Parts: sequence; C-alpha cells; structure tokens
Amino acid sequence: MAATSHLFKENARRAMLDERLQGALDKLKAGFRVKRREAMARLPEFDALRDAARDVKDHTLAHLDLYLEAFEAQVRAQGGHVHWCRDAAEARQAVLDICRRAGARTVTKGKSMVAEEVELNPFLERNGIEPVETDLGEYIIQLRREPPSHIIAPAIHLRKDDVAQAFRRSHEGLAEERSLEQPRELLDEARAVLRERFLAADVGITGANFLIAENGASVIVTNEGNGDLTQILPRVHVVLTGIEKVVPTMEDATTLLRVLARSATGQEFTSYVTFSAGPRRADDPDGPEEFHVVLLDNGRSALLGGPFRDALRCIRCAACLNHCPIYANVGGHAYGWVYSGPIGAVLTPAFVGLEEAVDLPNASSLCGRCEEVCPVRIPLPRMLREWRTLAFGRRITPARERWGLALWGWLAARPRAYRAASALAAWGLARLTRRKGALERLPFAKGWTAARDLPAPEGRTFMNEWRRGRRR
Amino acid sequence: MPATAPRVGLFVTCLVDLYRPQAGFAAVKLLEDAGCIVEVPAAQTCCGQPGLNSGDAATARDLARRVVATFRPYEHVVVLSGSCAGTIRRHYPELFADDPEMRRAVRALAARTYELVEYLVDVRGLTAVEAAFGGRVAHHLSCSALRELGMAGKTETLLDTVSGLDRVSLAHPEECCGFGGTFCVKYPDISERMATGKVQDIHDSGAEIVASGDLGCLLNIIGRAQRMDVPLKGRHVAEVLAGDVASPPLGEDEED
Repeated sequence: MAATSHLFKENARRAMLDERLQGALDKLKAGFRVKRREAMARLPEFDALRDAARDVKDHTLAHLDLYLEAFEAQVRAQGGHVHWCRDAAEARQAVLDICRRAGARTVTKGKSMVAEEVELNPFLERNGIEPVETDLGEYIIQLRREPPSHIIAPAIHLRKDDVAQAFRRSHEGLAEERSLEQPRELLDEARAVLRERFLAADVGITGANFLIAENGASVIVTNEGNGDLTQILPRVHVVLTGIEKVVPTMEDATTLLRVLARSATGQEFTSYVTFSAGPRRADDPDGPEEFHVVLLDNGRSALLGGPFRDALRCIRCAACLNHCPIYANVGGHAYGWVYSGPIGAVLTPAFVGLEEAVDLPNASSLCGRCEEVCPVRIPLPRMLREWRTLAFGRRITPARERWGLALWGWLAARPRAYRAASALAAWGLARLTRRKGALERLPFAKGWTAARDLPAPEGRTFMNEWRRGRRR
Repeated sequence: MPATAPRVGLFVTCLVDLYRPQAGFAAVKLLEDAGCIVEVPAAQTCCGQPGLNSGDAATARDLARRVVATFRPYEHVVVLSGSCAGTIRRHYPELFADDPEMRRAVRALAARTYELVEYLVDVRGLTAVEAAFGGRVAHHLSCSALRELGMAGKTETLLDTVSGLDRVSLAHPEECCGFGGTFCVKYPDISERMATGKVQDIHDSGAEIVASGDLGCLLNIIGRAQRMDVPLKGRHVAEVLAGDVASPPLGEDEED
C-alpha cells in the first residue's frame, strides 16, 4: 500500500477527534491487556519462556541462510515449490503466475500481513482474479476497502453497526428486514456468504506464522478455522510469507506458539494451529494438489547485521500495540502503512524510507512498555532512538529542533554559561507564570501551552543557591 | 559523622535546578540524615538525555564524558530524577558501544549511580523517614524509574512511614503520563490525552497532592491539571520524605 506516514500528525489528529474510533480503541485496555496479564499469571515460567523464544529467533537469524535452504529442500522433497522474491513486485508476480497456471478466477485468503505489505489484493483484481478474505476482520475491511488497523484484529477500529452497514452495501440479496444487530447475526451472515466462496475458490493463499526447516511445514494460527478451509479446499495452496518466519525445529515452533497466543489474545493456545507440509499425498484424506511457498525478502535481509536486526524476531503478536499509549490514542491507520504501533514505528521507516516515516519513531514518549511486554524481547525503544539518530545524522530532523539541540549542547558543555542561562530562565519563567496568558505568547512554548499551564518555578536555581551557602 | 560515611556526589538535574531548588535541599537533608557526606560538584550541567532521545548522539556522548569526569571522585552518585539516572545507567553504555575505554568508564559510573530513593532504600538500607506531611498523597513513578531502574514499590515503603501522610493508590500506575521530554511539545495533542488520563486517574484516587521523583512528569501532570481545573498540587518525592514544605507546592499559583 502507498504509505501516508508523512501525514502522521494530521492522521493522528483526525483519529483523536473520531469518537467512534476512540470508543473502539477503549477495548484494548479491557480486552487484550487484561487477558494477557491473566494468561501470564497462570504460567509462572512465562519470562523464562520468553527468553527461550528470543533465543530461538536469535539463533535462527544468525544462520538464516542455512535454515531457509534446509526448509526449501524439505518442501521440494515433498513435491512442493519455493519461490524466492526480492521485493513486493516479485512476490505479487509469483502469486499471479501460480494463479494463472491454475486457471484461477477466485482465490480465498487467510489473514496475511505480508499480503497487505505487497498489496496483493488490488494487484490480483487488476489482473482479473477476485481475492476473497476469509478472516472475519479482514473480510470486513476488504468490503470497506481499508487497510488493517491492527496486526491481529484488523477491524478493531470498527463497531457492530459499521460491519452491518458494510454487509448491507455488499451482500446481494440480503433482506432489508433481516436483523444484523447482534454479533452472532453478523457472524452468521458472513459465514453464509463465505461458505460459497470457500467452495468456489481455485487457489487458497495463507500467510505463515512459522516455517519449520526440519520438515518443510508451514504453520498458521487462527481462531476462526478459516485458514484451514482456505488451504484445504482449493486445488492449490500458496503460502506467502517473509523470510524471517523460519525456525529450525517443531520444538522451536511450539516454544514460540506458547508465547504467541498468550501475548496476543491471552489464550494458552490459539484455537486452530495448522501445520501443512507439501501437497496431498496418496493416502491423505484431503489437501491441495499443489503446494507453493512464496518467500519474501523486501528489505528484511538488509536489516540483518544492523541496528534493527532484532526487529526480525517479531512474531506479530501485537502485544506492543495493545500496550502502547500512542497506539491506544491514535489507532493503527494513523501510522500510514501496514504495520502500526511500536513495531510499525520501527519497521515502517525501514520499508518505506525514513523521510516518509520520520514521525513514527519520534511520536513516542519512550515509556518502554512495548519492550516490557514483547514475547521475544525486542528492544523497541532503543530502535526508536536509533531511527532518531539516523534522522538527525541525515538532517531529516527539523531545523528548529537541530538548532535547539545545538544551543543546549553548547551551553551544557560550559557550566558557567549554563548556570547563567538557567538562572535567567528561572527568573524569567517565574515572572511569566505569574501573569496568566503571558507564556502563550512565546513562540517556542506553544507545544506546552496548547495542553497545559506552566506551574510556577521557585525563581532561583539550586546551583546558585547552593553556591551562596543556602543549605535548606 | 562516622568515618565510613560515603562521599556522595549529588546530581541535581536540570529541572530541579531550574524549577525546584527545594527538592534539591530536601534531598541533601535526606542523604545527610542517612549518614552521607554530600557534595554538589559545580561543573555539573545536564546528563545528555535530550540529545540521546532526539538523535544527537554526538552531543549526548560529549556530555556523558563530562558527567564521567565530574563525578569521578565520588563513591556514589545520587540523581534527583529517574530518567536521568536511567540515562546514565542504561544508555551511557549503549552510547559507547564502539569505544571500549569509555565503555569501561561509563560502566564504572553506572555501577555507582542511583536515583535518590533507590539509593536510600537499597544502598543505605533506609526503612523509614522521620518526617511529617499532612494530606492525601498519590505517588507517580516515572516510566524510567519503573522500567529502566525497576523501582516499583520502593518509594511507597518510605512514603508510608511519613507521619500524617494518607497515601492513596492509583488504578493505573503503569500508564505513561505523556511527558516524554521533547515528545510533549512535538506531539502536544497525543501528550495531552495521555496527561488527561493520568490526571483523571490521580483525581479519581482522591489525592490532593501527587508526589513524583521525576519533575518532568510532575510539571506535565500539574500543568495539565491546572488547565483542566482539577485542584491537584505536586511535590517532588524528596520534599515529602524530608517533610520540607517551606515552598508552596507546584500548581499553587499566587492567586490561589
């Protein structure tokens, strides 16, 4: 999708004025946060499990080439195909070629952030193939032609009546008197429509939560079972995913699955965890005739060996979004690209460029809660700072901020000048805060006074008072 | 004073220096009462946090070098702000990842640097203070103190020994107040909403006074409360623990 991250401030402002969105975002705190906390409390060794999960990912990333090639060999040995794609265009083309060879007219899709990243749906449509999302949330935002606003709950920004409206607009033959007020009624309506689509699809496309090197299996987790129907019913199954999803063994995958579900939804295990390896074998009761894995790099390998390498540990649980005070206020769309929240603020500049996305790593109070909840211990605040350092070095940081820092740096390196400046500031601020409204007229103070008064300082500096001999 | 009294270098930090000298003097009293010899090196300025968080790593490194030199003579360094202590302890070593000699020096500094309350409780073994402070007080622990220094619960142990102090708990103590240094002026509307949430949480607790070891958070919270017309006042934790209430609290304007 075309990034609108450069409009972050504007997007965020609009999001904060959107009452409906704000109501929807309130669900984060009562829902995901509480459920994760309860899940952790039920598993005393959760922190040790997080260390193990981090170590699995670190080890794999240190030998990524090895494990990817081992995975490929296993997939091929089972009669599957692996397609290596350097960028989004190559990945789209690989999927299209597979669909064309299969003579596909409609494809069903399990939820996949990578498919969003490469803008697969509009591309397939332009080429005469109809994609149908089968995850309920993804299906709803597909009808509304919106990007996901959350990694695991793509339609979290919507309310029931938004969904009902989307169905009424798109579902032919939906009787006007039919009630769509209850969640159950919405679910039944979606299910009835999607059932036909599942059976009609020629190709099923899913993402992957993990790829397993030792046996060539890909793993998906869903709570709706839609992924299974997507990959079992059509003749062709395409797994579209990033190269960082590979892990060495089944054992490693299960370690990660244990932290994934708890961190994401607070479940001990996701309702459906599906392993698929290769096309249907002679004695299999079902399964696809063809099995393809489309492996996307799209800038990931460039992160290896650099300051953002640890971001490749991400297992897309969205715990960092769920606990982020910025995300909780502005929602996912404000970030302007596929990935939102703290992990989005780290990944987006890498994928769409720092000039485009410089607001994302800056719009953070660096409270550190994201790192605190991350199941694979990604040092997200350190990475946000790292982007700020790169922006400063490349002079993307606004000139006014750079000048301010230069002045502060100059003063702070000269204790006597610094003392004099702070004494002057203490005196001046004491005078200004005494007269209500005086501060608003100072240009540099606008950011502060837009939302706050400035409490009055004592008027003298500690250092000067101390030097003069005051001790109490 | 016993011969074993540690020589403590007090790092007052920019905001206490500029805004709240009383918190500095209260800290000196607490440290002296805890048996320390307190010195305030005159060459101290800023720990470099604004540069660190705004991407000006070169200036942050320059200032880190100055801090290392300024506080080299002291057995312990006590900092009147969780975020400045966090900068020294957690981030100085990161700043010198490629400079082994400086990394050793900043690690040596980090190993003897403490936030005030952390120092009193963990190093001096303080379990109670002798002070009186009337009023209903909520404690706000900054994100740096909570997550970089691991200070959850430490301040409360001392606050609960202040006579006359009625401490109330917040429903969401782990939420950021929205200060975040320059974040609060670069993204004022997001910061405003975070600050509003914090003020509401404190107000709902029934507190009249919010005490914090981080003056940045405190100015943000009190400034927002003033704008919202919520009658909330603020004090640095050191003032409350020292029972030092000579100056009016933050948020008490002259017309009050």
